[in-house]
Amino acid sequence: MSNQLTVNGQVHDIHMHGDTPLLWVLRDGLKLTGTKYGCGVAACGACTVHVDGEPMRSCQVRVADVEGAEVTTIEGVESEVATAVRQAWDEISVVQCGFCQSGQIMSAIGLLTENRQPTIDEIESYMWGNACRCATYQRVRAAVRRASDILEA
Amino acid sequence: MTVAVSRRAFLQTGVAAASVLTIGFRPDHTLAAGAGTQGLTPFVKVTGDGTVTAIIKHFECGQGVTTGLATLIAEELNIPLDQVNVEFAPADVEKYRNLLFGIQGTGGSTAMANSYMQYRTAGAAARTMLIAAAAAAWDVPESRVKLINGHLVSDNKTAPMGVFAAAAAAREVPAAPVLKDPAEFSVIGNPETRRRDSGPKIDGTAQFAMDVHLDGQIVAVMKRSPRFGGTLVSFDDSAARAVPGFIRAAALPTQTAVVVYAHDTWAAFQARDALATEWDFSDADNRSSDEMRSDLLAMVKTEAQFDAKGVVRDASAALDGATQVIEQEFFLPYLAHAPMEPLNCTIAPSPTGVTLYDGTQMPTGAQQALSAVLGIPTDKIAVQSLYAGGTFGRRASPDADYHVEAALAFALNGGAQPVKLVWSREDDITGGYYRPSVAHRVRVGLGADGHIVGWDHRVAGQSIFKGSGFESFVVQNGVDSTSVEGVRDTLYDIPGQYVGLTDESTPITVNWWRSVGHSHTAYVMETMMDMAAHVAQRDPVEFRLAHLTSGSADQNRLAGVLRLAAEKAGWDQQPLPGRRRGVAAHKSFGTYVAEVVEISGDVESGLVIEKVICAVDCGTPVNPDVIAAQMESAIGYGLGHVMRSQISFSNGEVDQSNFPDYETLRISDIKAIETHIVPSTAPPSGVGEPGTPPAGPALANAIAVDGPRITELPMTSQDVNFA
Ligand code: FES
Ligand code: FES
Repeated sequence: MSNQLTVNGQVHDIHMHGDTPLLWVLRDGLKLTGTKYGCGVAACGACTVHVDGEPMRSCQVRVADVEGAEVTTIEGVESEVATAVRQAWDEISVVQCGFCQSGQIMSAIGLLTENRQPTIDEIESYMWGNACRCATYQRVRAAVRRASDILEA
Repeated sequence: MTVAVSRRAFLQTGVAAASVLTIGFRPDHTLAAGAGTQGLTPFVKVTGDGTVTAIIKHFECGQGVTTGLATLIAEELNIPLDQVNVEFAPADVEKYRNLLFGIQGTGGSTAMANSYMQYRTAGAAARTMLIAAAAAAWDVPESRVKLINGHLVSDNKTAPMGVFAAAAAAREVPAAPVLKDPAEFSVIGNPETRRRDSGPKIDGTAQFAMDVHLDGQIVAVMKRSPRFGGTLVSFDDSAARAVPGFIRAAALPTQTAVVVYAHDTWAAFQARDALATEWDFSDADNRSSDEMRSDLLAMVKTEAQFDAKGVVRDASAALDGATQVIEQEFFLPYLAHAPMEPLNCTIAPSPTGVTLYDGTQMPTGAQQALSAVLGIPTDKIAVQSLYAGGTFGRRASPDADYHVEAALAFALNGGAQPVKLVWSREDDITGGYYRPSVAHRVRVGLGADGHIVGWDHRVAGQSIFKGSGFESFVVQNGVDSTSVEGVRDTLYDIPGQYVGLTDESTPITVNWWRSVGHSHTAYVMETMMDMAAHVAQRDPVEFRLAHLTSGSADQNRLAGVLRLAAEKAGWDQQPLPGRRRGVAAHKSFGTYVAEVVEISGDVESGLVIEKVICAVDCGTPVNPDVIAAQMESAIGYGLGHVMRSQISFSNGEVDQSNFPDYETLRISDIKAIETHIVPSTAPPSGVGEPGTPPAGPALANAIAVDGPRITELPMTSQDVNFA
């Protein structure tokens, strides 16, 4: 059994069952451990990656279903928006334990890519699915706003 | 020799990195220094190329300890924080014991409190010795040499400090180096300081325990008894064999679980789902939550098992003489910690023993657990510390539960292969080690002047520490102090107080949970204070202040944060139309916190938490931004659980299993948090936990302004809705 998977621009032959969630292929198969497991049931967002540029919960995607698609993880995400988001995250010291933060950042990049000037309500509804047990939400909100300012500057 | 050597010239000689000044402590706690680490435990290293490294003896779980301890070194060496590298200390209790615990561990918000003088002293010794070395080389008095921004400077001479690392290492260590005057602090207390561990957590390279992949490693997951106290009768793995990647399954010798081995995590989860198991529940706790609730409430209505206060001041006589008596029962549920990173650790064989890869709060406990199971002496058990994706108390437990499991899994597999134990989120939510469920019953008597005259307080719940290795530290005369902390040591003036404690016993496992006993006692104390203020027809802030008038430093500091929070919240003015405010204040872990929660909306259509104003006095504020972040985190943690979270049971089985039903705080739940830090030169105290206790009662008190008084949690189980 083998699937071809493009991750961060590189093509990999995957020797895991086609039903395996993308999350576990990334983590255990490709050792791209920046993408995190937090719940496995689409309830926390820690596993968020981009599939053809769209944020997706990698725990909910079978690897066989993303053959031919471009998967981007926290290790490979690069864009003007990504740079702004990282700068804002650093300036505002968002992270605490950090375990949810790859997912927060991948979602924030998704949000700002489609909407460069989100309102607080838009930020809250887009980011609602990204749980943070350290409750860094206040800073996530502020950092998305800051990244938006950086992009508009 | 008085020639100043330029850094570049020195680097070109190629020997720079080899010279190093190491400062640390001898086993008898006296300062020591040298070129190597012989006979001392290193806390700070300065190498010839000027690199400064702080060795961090605590683990990082997001609380910012890496930043905090590096700050102390930076301050005493007069260098910017970003010039201090950090390294985690190896597990070695003799060298890196937590001075307040006696073992190497992180918890109870003690990291800064126990390290403040140690790290500053080490940094000051390094500064003193570098200055002395330069003064000798330049032939000038030491008083004429300063260490500024990584350079030794004297009149017309200057040199990078690394140049003198070797010479400094050859000098006598000062017995008591002079610490910097707090008035001259530029790194400690600097609000611009940002945390040190952002980079790798932003680009995905931070290595958490879950990210460990060693050559030949296999994954182990456990199928545990679905009820606490159940024992395994039999299992059948025939369906699991069909799962690709499955290796095998085996019963633990304890008969408490079946371990399932597989080549990767997903295969292990799938194989476990396919496993059929049969359990004997005759010794299990087979009750449902309703029954547990009435059992606990019954315990607070009868004679208590232990007199937990022990001070003979007659509460019942005081209550008899009271003009008014307020009586209330409370019931609080079990809570899971649910750190974002589910529990896991990896054990691998090493040439001399084994290596544990983990982000553990208690390396010493982990070493002892592995040693007991594997029969290897603790000094042959290396611990590789990695980042922990949150803990809130869970990555340590009184019986080192997940380390024991991992050791059993490693041993049952023959011990020749690295084994990574992984808990799924479902394991985490259903797997016990909860904040105990508790009942309280309180009777408060008010005198004719509206002052408290008597307080009778009964608590019932499980002891966290009884039966654990820490029992002798925490349990006295049968009383587990963490069951009644925050009640029996209340700072309010209460002329007669009785505190009765009854232990419940059940196989459901319990554990310390962010702020331990304070997580329930503060809810009850601060709700009762509010009810009493209401009955006395007094303002809740004024009523509390009126019970903090003895002039003791303790009371003054609690009163101080109350006043500050009230002032910042504009307590004197009416809230905006439709807004209500509640207040609570509590001391825990040596830190004083008051919080005002402001809400809008109503309980039927949904409340909104508009604002939380927090005032904190944690002694010298080492990293104000880290303190603010910890307050935000602790407030969110406290509020999220009080609002929606509970572990409940049906016929012994946990009803919740993952985040959809063990509901967690979300980004839209709290609109704003403001933290105000009391300036102080007192020794620093902890900040990881003390923000949690007052958050819940402050919210409850805001709701009670024109809504229900909530005495059972979570609030959503009491028909309170949040928007
Ligand atoms: S792990 Fe995918 S949403 Fe939680
Ligand atoms: S930073 Fe710890 S879970 Fe979000």
